[in-house]
Amino acid sequence: MTMDVKNTPVREVEHYVDPTPFNPAVTEEMTAEQERYYQASQWKIMWWKFKRHKIAVWSGVVLILFYMCVPFAEVIAPYGANNRDSMHLYAPPQPIHLFHDGSFVGPFVYGMTSEIDMETLQWVFKDDPNNVQPLRFFCSGAKYEFWGLWEASFHLVCPAEGGTMFLLGTDRLGRDQFSGLVYGARLSLTVGLIGVAISIVLGLFFGGIAGYFGGWIDSLIQRAIEILRSLPELPLWMALSAALPVTWGPVWIYFGLTIILGLLDWPGLARAVRSKLLSLREEEYAKAAVLMGARPKRVITRHLLPGFTSHIIASATLSIPSMILGETALSYLNLGLRRPAVSWGVLLNEAQNISVVTVYPWLMAPVLPIIIVVLAFNFLGDGLRDAADPYK
Amino acid sequence: MLYYIVRRILMMGPTLLVISLLTFFIIELPSGDYISNQIAALKSSGESSSVAKLEFLRKEFSLDRPFMERYLIWVGLWPGPHGFDGLIQGNWGWSFEFDKPVEQVIGPTLPLTVVLNFATILFVYVVSFPIGIFSATRQYSWGDYGFTFLGYIGLATPNFLLALILLYFFNRWFGLSVGGLMDPQYIDQPWSFDKAISVLAHLIVPTIVIGTSGTAAMIRRLRANLLDELHKQYVTTGRAKGLKENQLLVKYPLRMAINPFIADIGNLIPSLVSGSVIVSVVMSLPTVGPVLVAALQSQDQFLSGFILLFVAVLTLIGMLISDLLLAVLDPRIRLGGRASS
Repeated sequence: MTMDVKNTPVREVEHYVDPTPFNPAVTEEMTAEQERYYQASQWKIMWWKFKRHKIAVWSGVVLILFYMCVPFAEVIAPYGANNRDSMHLYAPPQPIHLFHDGSFVGPFVYGMTSEIDMETLQWVFKDDPNNVQPLRFFCSGAKYEFWGLWEASFHLVCPAEGGTMFLLGTDRLGRDQFSGLVYGARLSLTVGLIGVAISIVLGLFFGGIAGYFGGWIDSLIQRAIEILRSLPELPLWMALSAALPVTWGPVWIYFGLTIILGLLDWPGLARAVRSKLLSLREEEYAKAAVLMGARPKRVITRHLLPGFTSHIIASATLSIPSMILGETALSYLNLGLRRPAVSWGVLLNEAQNISVVTVYPWLMAPVLPIIIVVLAFNFLGDGLRDAADPYK
Repeated sequence: MLYYIVRRILMMGPTLLVISLLTFFIIELPSGDYISNQIAALKSSGESSSVAKLEFLRKEFSLDRPFMERYLIWVGLWPGPHGFDGLIQGNWGWSFEFDKPVEQVIGPTLPLTVVLNFATILFVYVVSFPIGIFSATRQYSWGDYGFTFLGYIGLATPNFLLALILLYFFNRWFGLSVGGLMDPQYIDQPWSFDKAISVLAHLIVPTIVIGTSGTAAMIRRLRANLLDELHKQYVTTGRAKGLKENQLLVKYPLRMAINPFIADIGNLIPSLVSGSVIVSVVMSLPTVGPVLVAALQSQDQFLSGFILLFVAVLTLIGMLISDLLLAVLDPRIRLGGRASS
C-alpha cells in the first residue's frame, strides 16, 4: 500500500518542552560508580579486576599460608628438621583423632608400640588404643635456635610429655617428615623468589637494551635468546649445579643454585620486556609525552614503566613454579642441596628407591605441597596476567 | 621450498657452534679435571706409582692445554696429540669413569633416547589435536569442562613426581614393575616377539608421563586459536553458502588455527627433552638421562659433554622438523623466507 504524502493534511504534532533548564553536559556526568572507576589509579583497577578472579584470590591466600612457614618454621614444626628419634625409624604417620571410646577428648594421637618382625627384620609399629596422647598447644617442646639467633622452645603444637607426634611419619633415621616439610618450605619457596628476582634483573637489562638501542645489539641479543631458549633447561641446570664446588657450605650452595636457576630463565622475560617496550613506545600517550617535551627519563619512568611492570610481575609469577621444580629435581638427583640443608627436594631424595617407597609410602609426602604450591602459583599468575591489562 | 630448507639447515651451523662452546664451557667449570683429581687423591694417599701413568693420560687427552685449544681439539678443528681427531671426525671422546670410549658407553642408549622423545612428540600431537578440536567446537560442554580440568592437573603436576606416583600405584595395585625397559625375565634374552611387546608396554607409561604437561598446554592453545577463528565472518559466510559443518571446519578455520599449533610444538621440544632426562632417571630407563647424572657426579667431562651436546642437537632437530612442517603448511613462510616468532 502506498500513501500519497502530498494529499495528507499536515497535522501539528503536539510536543512537550520541559521548562527546567537543560545542561548539555549532563550526559557527561557519571554515576558515583563510574566516577570511582575513572578516578581510581591503575593499580586499584587491577586489584578490582584481580578480586573477581576467585580462584586466583584463593591461590594467593593458600600461598600466603605456605609462606608463613618461611619466617616461623621453628615455631610451626613440632621437631627440628634434623632431630633423630632412633626409637622410631620409618614410623608410619599418626593420624589425629578427636574421640576416644565415644567420648570427646580433643585432638590427640595414639601412642605406638613397636616390635621387630623377625621375617623381614623391620620395625612394625602399631597404634596402642589405650595410650591416648593429647596434643599440647602453645607449649614448650624441643629446643631450637630461632633464626639461629637466640634459643627458644616455644611451639604452636607439641606432642604429649614423653609422647610422639609424627603427623606424616618418619624417615630412615627417624626424622619427622612434617617438621621436615615445614623447614623445607623455607628453602624451596624462597629459591623461586630469589631466582625470579635475578632473572627479572637480567631480563630487564637485556630486554631493555635490546628494545632501546635496536640495530645490531638487538639482533645479537635476539639470537642469544633464541639459542638459549632452544636448549633443554634441566640438563644444563644439572651440569651447572654439578659444577658447584663440593666444599661449599649449604648456604653458598643455595645461593649458587638460585643464581643457576635465574641464569637460564631470563630469556623469556627479556623477550617480553623488549616486545612490550617496543609496542608501548608507539602508544599515543608516549608520543604525546615526547611531543610535549618530556625527557627520555621522564617518558620511561612515568609513562612506559607503569605500563609494563604489571606484565612483568605476572610473567614472573608464572615462572616461579618452574624454579621451585628445578630445585626439587636437582636436589632429588643429589645434584642440588644436601643435608643438613632441608628442602622438599632433599626430603624426596629419601624416596628415590621405589622398593623403599612401596613399603613406606609416606616418604612421598613432599609431593603434595609441591603440587599445591605449583598449582597455586599457576592460578595466581593467570589471575595477575588477566588483571595486568585492566582497561581491556 | 628447497631454498628454504637449505637456508634453515645452514642456519643450524652457527647455532651448533655456539652451543658446543657453551657446553664445553659448562663441563669445564668444575675446578680441575677427572685425571688431575685422581692424581691429587693418589698423592694424598701417598701412592705415587700410577701418577706417572695418569700424567701421561693427561697429555694424551691434552688436558694440559689452554681452554680454547682444548675446545677446538674436542670439536676436531685443531690438531691434538693424534692429529685432527674430534667430534667432526667421529671421535666422541673417552669416558674416564668407564674407561671406554664414550661411543661404547652411551651407544646402546641413544636409539631409545631418540625413540622415546619422538614417541612423546607424536603422543602430544595425536592426543591434543582431536581433543583441542573437540573442546573448541563443543565449547562449554561437559566434555570441554572435563578436558580443561584434566589439562590444569596435567600442567601443574611435574612429570618426575607424576612418574614417582605412577610407579608407586602400579606397584601397589598391579604388582607391576613399571620402571625399566622390559619385564625382568626378558633381560639378556634374545629378541623375540614377546620381548618387543614388553618393551613397548614399558614405553607407554614414560611417554604419557613426559607428554602430559605438553599435551595439556597444546590442547589449551589449539582450543583458543580455533575459537578465535570460529567466530570470524568467513565461517558464517561459508555456513550461509551451505557448506557442511565438518567440511567447513577442516577447510577454513582449522587450517588457520593449526599454524600456531605446529609452531608451538617447536617451542615445547626443549621442555619435553628435559622431561625425558629426569623421567628416565626416576623410572630407570636406559636412556642418556641416568648416564648423564652419573657422569656429572663423577666429573667425567667428555661423557657428560657429549650427552649435553647430543640432547641439544636432538632438540634442534626436533625444532627443524617442526619448522619444515610449518613451511609445508604455510606458503607465507616458505616464500617469505623466515618464520616470524
